[in-house]
Amino acid sequence: MSAASEAGHHDHSEGGQAHGSVKSYVTGFVLSVILTAIPFWLVMGKVLPNVVWTTIIVLALAVVQIVVHMVYFLHMNTKSEGGWTILALIFTVTLVVITLTGSIWVMHHLNTNMMPMSPHDLLHHQP
Amino acid sequence: MLSDPDLQKLIFGRFSLEDIPFHEPILQVTFAGVAVVGLAVLGVITYYRFWGPLWRDWVTSVDHKKIGIMYIILAFVMLLRGFADALLMRAQQSIAFGANDGFLPPHHYDQIFSAHGVIMIFFVAMPFVTGMMNYVVPLQIGARDVAFPFLNNFSFWMTVSGAITIMISLFVGEFSRATWLAYPPLSGADMSPGVGVDYYIWGLQIAGIGTTLSGINLIATIVKMRAPGMSMMKLPIFVWTSLCTNVLITAAFPILTAVLTLLSLDRYIGTHFFTNDLGGNPMMYFNLIWIWGHPEVYILVLPAFGIFSEVTATFSGKRLFGYVSMVYATVVITILSYLVWLHHFFTMGSGASVNSFFGITTMIISIPTGAKIFNWLFTMYRGRIRFDVPMLWTLSFMVTFTIGGMTGVLLAVPPADFVLHNSLFLIAHFHNVIIGGVLFGMFAGVNYWFPKAFGFKLDEFWGKVSFWFWTVGFYVAFMPLYVLGLMGVTRRSQHFDDPSLQVWFVIAAFGAVLIAVGIAAMIMQFTVSIRNREKLRDLTGDPWGGRTLEWSTSSPPPDYNFAFQPRVHDLDAWDDMKRRGYERPLDGFQPIHMPRNTGTGAVIAALSVAFSFAMIWYMWWLAALTFVAMIAAAIIHTFNYNRDFDIPADTVVRTENERTSMLAVRA
Repeated sequence: MSAASEAGHHDHSEGGQAHGSVKSYVTGFVLSVILTAIPFWLVMGKVLPNVVWTTIIVLALAVVQIVVHMVYFLHMNTKSEGGWTILALIFTVTLVVITLTGSIWVMHHLNTNMMPMSPHDLLHHQP
Repeated sequence: MLSDPDLQKLIFGRFSLEDIPFHEPILQVTFAGVAVVGLAVLGVITYYRFWGPLWRDWVTSVDHKKIGIMYIILAFVMLLRGFADALLMRAQQSIAFGANDGFLPPHHYDQIFSAHGVIMIFFVAMPFVTGMMNYVVPLQIGARDVAFPFLNNFSFWMTVSGAITIMISLFVGEFSRATWLAYPPLSGADMSPGVGVDYYIWGLQIAGIGTTLSGINLIATIVKMRAPGMSMMKLPIFVWTSLCTNVLITAAFPILTAVLTLLSLDRYIGTHFFTNDLGGNPMMYFNLIWIWGHPEVYILVLPAFGIFSEVTATFSGKRLFGYVSMVYATVVITILSYLVWLHHFFTMGSGASVNSFFGITTMIISIPTGAKIFNWLFTMYRGRIRFDVPMLWTLSFMVTFTIGGMTGVLLAVPPADFVLHNSLFLIAHFHNVIIGGVLFGMFAGVNYWFPKAFGFKLDEFWGKVSFWFWTVGFYVAFMPLYVLGLMGVTRRSQHFDDPSLQVWFVIAAFGAVLIAVGIAAMIMQFTVSIRNREKLRDLTGDPWGGRTLEWSTSSPPPDYNFAFQPRVHDLDAWDDMKRRGYERPLDGFQPIHMPRNTGTGAVIAALSVAFSFAMIWYMWWLAALTFVAMIAAAIIHTFNYNRDFDIPADTVVRTENERTSMLAVRA
């Protein structure tokens, strides 16, 4: 029996991922619509006077949106695929955090220590 | 070519006949050589009517064994190209002193060192590693193929396409002069307006697709397709290192793809991610590309560690010392390899706190690596060591890699790095670990698994000749570079003023000649072995007294690898089976379900060469056409339902009976 067909025949058997029910798909859909509508409303209606807070809320909702998609559409939980899915997720999140915070940290120190690279940067460096 | 310049531009983009470098004598000779050899190969294939079998049995094959072999052939071919570049550089640097300018003008020299780096990493080391994993992993876990056989074929041909794209640059236009990582602003549109950097970008992007997909494929294979009973802590150590390498590939290569995409946006549509003005920052490129680049060196070396572990255990006749610590060391290296990238640019100016963090993480990563060295030493301790060629490579690796590792820890000290950064000391260091670690590992692997793949051993005499010339040649070629680096000689120099340095470069060039003899001996080894194959024949399937499952089947293994899926009860499953008096089943064979060959992978890959060529030369109509064609070919493939077949039971019976009689001949 070949590899490809083996995977095809025995898809969602022991330890495989679960199928979603109609209810879970609808829940996911409604949640993601709400999570999409709020940012649009915040930005287009200029609800908050503070741009920084608007940005933070939009980003936070985006993160929640990612989780909703993973749970309701990708059917991820701590047990699917014998725990491999959650392991892969933890690994990915770790690397993304390392990459982002590391890059920001490195580039921030660089910008503090070094001469500005261009007139454009110079504008931001003025005391 | 055409009289109307507008029409010319529309059809040929920025290509014109002047872009073919007829004026360079070195390239003329190379071109003539390639043409003659190429025609000879085509002639031989036609004469022996090999086109049909070549297409049916190899190009379209989805068999992981054949794909693995093709990867390794690609790596050997590209090794010759990359080594030719190395010889040119060594020759140039050993004569270009004072009034003598040598034979390579700077613009040509810059292309050569860029091509050397790109080819050796992406098209020698990577195909070697991927080929080894492809061939060995399914056999070691008792599987019949990888998880996605078609994807495997596609990955291979995309890697070949990348290699072809890079090779085209030799004869049409020019290659990048912006080093092997194409740092901006040098690689930007202002400093490198030509096609060189575009060849680089598209070559790597195409090959990168293949590498990423094969990484995903092998992870799925290892996670889902292990033989019953083979829990994670019963995996052969090579499979463990392969798993970690493929995890690294899957996580790191997208970063390379993204960085190169940003660079191409800068070059093609005038964005400013990595320019000096309008808010761009070239140092961000350094930062991002090394977030890929450092895991990349572990992608290369981890499978080599796996091979050394298998070889040491087999040729010492003992179970590997400290299996569990080996696994944990590998996993720790996998994580830590993402925490050290800044050590490639300590001198960028991020300051003391950032530099010390990355200096310390770099020193920490040498601990699990050191633990592995001790594990191999303790495996050999009181073992009954057989000094066959794979073991020789392993011993040479242990000495050479330890030296390279120590100079690496030296470079990890930020103040020392400020002295040694971009000097020949660095060049010596990374050749020390990549040749001494990765390449020696692959040579050990080739000598070790060759009898499995082809059914006969490699000639021992020429193997030893090649081993000694490579090892001695390596030391003669690279130890002088450590000395020069400590004297402050920088890398990538085409000419030197200080004549007192020359003697070191002459010694290094002599070392390169010794390595050339090593490569020639290797070719000789293959030739002699093929000629004496009857004498070197392995009838048992287990010529070395192996310990893992690949040795339980015949050499070469049948298409289906195992007539019955093995059951695993212990680490070193085959050794365990032998000790418990395992009897090969002689009847009860059933039809075996296998994937069918398909040409789609080769077709899409060929289209991708045309696509990248069009993008490089701004032939937009051709780019659009080939892009659509690639998508169409992929969609058409999804309608191909004729993708599997059954090997009938009587074919299995016949194959297994042949093996029974082969085993009987020996007894």
